[in-house]
Amino acid sequence: MAVDQDLKIELGQQGVFVTTLQELYNWGRRSSIWPMQFGLACCAIEMIATTMARYDLARFGAEVFRPSPRQADLMIVSGTVTKKMAPQVVRLYNQMAEPRYVIAMGACAISGGPFKQGYNVLKGIDRYIPVDVHIPGCPPRPEALMQAFITLQKKIDEQQLTGENRPRFLNENAQGEFPVPEPAEHDLEPPSNPGVWNAPVVIR
Amino acid sequence: MSVAETKAEKLDGWNRPPAMEPEGEGELLEIAMGPHHPSTHGVFRMDVTLDGERVMRLKPVFGYLHRNHEKIAEGAAYLASMPYTDRLDYFCSLSNNWAYALAVEKLVGQQVPERAQYIRVILAELTRIQNHAASIGFLIQEMGASGTPLMYAFRQREKIVDLFESLTGSRMMCNYMRFGGCRVDVSAAWLESARTVVAGLPAFVDEFEALLTTNEILMARCQGVGVLKADLAVNASVTGPLLRASGVNYDIRKVDRYGIYDRFKFRVPLGDHGDVYDRYMVRVLEMRESIRILEQALPAIPAGPIMDPKAKLRGFRPKPGEAYGRIEAPKGELGFYLISDGSPNPYRYRVRPPSLINLTILEDMCLGQNVADVVLIFGSVDIVLGEVDR
Repeated sequence: MAVDQDLKIELGQQGVFVTTLQELYNWGRRSSIWPMQFGLACCAIEMIATTMARYDLARFGAEVFRPSPRQADLMIVSGTVTKKMAPQVVRLYNQMAEPRYVIAMGACAISGGPFKQGYNVLKGIDRYIPVDVHIPGCPPRPEALMQAFITLQKKIDEQQLTGENRPRFLNENAQGEFPVPEPAEHDLEPPSNPGVWNAPVVIR
Repeated sequence: MSVAETKAEKLDGWNRPPAMEPEGEGELLEIAMGPHHPSTHGVFRMDVTLDGERVMRLKPVFGYLHRNHEKIAEGAAYLASMPYTDRLDYFCSLSNNWAYALAVEKLVGQQVPERAQYIRVILAELTRIQNHAASIGFLIQEMGASGTPLMYAFRQREKIVDLFESLTGSRMMCNYMRFGGCRVDVSAAWLESARTVVAGLPAFVDEFEALLTTNEILMARCQGVGVLKADLAVNASVTGPLLRASGVNYDIRKVDRYGIYDRFKFRVPLGDHGDVYDRYMVRVLEMRESIRILEQALPAIPAGPIMDPKAKLRGFRPKPGEAYGRIEAPKGELGFYLISDGSPNPYRYRVRPPSLINLTILEDMCLGQNVADVVLIFGSVDIVLGEVDR
């Protein structure tokens, strides 16, 4: 459904702006991502530094940090998710309105990071909620977080509004609520959400 | 005498404020503030019981960021715990490094060369300045001034963090100090840029104070709020700016004179009333004293080695024994207690975190205050959850 580029430029020179609804819609969405004000651990400080004067996340339309999940489009999981905190993180994600996105910031949010061997640390938040962008680092630099934003914006740009490949929030059959894990005797129950994450198969 | 009575008597001796009684009739309201709450610095929960707007009870709930720091350290070699100490109080990684290095140096009896001592003092004081600036910024943000003071603080913090990065390779997790010295030597160019940054600091503090100190809204919100009496603070083993704001002259840099702090001239700022405003003021004045220390230390740094030549990196096995090393971290007394059984890893590794122990007094400061002030009092304690829960 893309408009021919040459025609678009030609029309633009005549003062006519042509676009598709999908492009316009995605442009609006990607230019006003509101993250949730939600810091977990060390990475939260770099997240705050990213929004401050030097790195100025406002250039990407994402400076409005909302304290309430109901008003937020993006959850930045910035730090170690412990087994005590994981149910609340999933609950917060469930409370966010669609369309919603997740950035897993830092080694801990991706895999448990340096604390992976700990008994109380979740080995990656992608076991319970779908993660759109992973940024490695301990903690990632503010530039890395901005790179994640740009990656997310590109991802939003490519989302189709109709058809088979339409994203989750336009598909009425897709999963909306994600099950909240419960603390059990030894681990969280269930240990992962199979609809989101499956243990990697090791081929020997 | 029952257990409850003994406990009550003991607490009376602490001079705690009396338990609150509800006024008139009506139901009490219980609110869970946190673990996701815009005011809590990280993941912390306060179960607050309210009578109207007044706080009747406050129960802190910890453990949302318990990352098994101590347990991991007991299974790892001594040096392998150094990067983990960065992640305790992630604002002040260099102070944490120093406290841990000090404990191990006490355990094995190592000496630190002169140049390394100076580097440590310079880095620790820079850390203190950026921590206090950021914590004041967060405090004012919680008061409702969203952004501006925090942006000023972070603008200055970035300059200091740049210094850390050019020296240690990392902005926040520096992992810089070693047992018996430091990891890399500072260059003349680094010292020059450090001098430039330090020369700009007094103007920054002046600007900060011009904006805030006599600000009428700040004074109205802070003065007389969250008063902590000196005897209660001492009994609860509160340390750091929180204790000094209550008027107790206790600074481990002066008490222990660890490192080379006896060579520098600096004063210990003390508060008078022990309210939130005094804590703010003590932090601002401490920044000024840190600048004074830096101005003395930067020109005086001698040439020489940065590592104890007898320091062993491989096969590091301290003799059986125990040691407690403590420093004046920006948040209070940070101590590491180590027991060695002669093996390459510590038998027991215990952190005395200033944030956790300063937080135990939160309820006593909040009783009878408005619920909006709880956020403010909590912010004035200046905690980092990585250190509270470990």
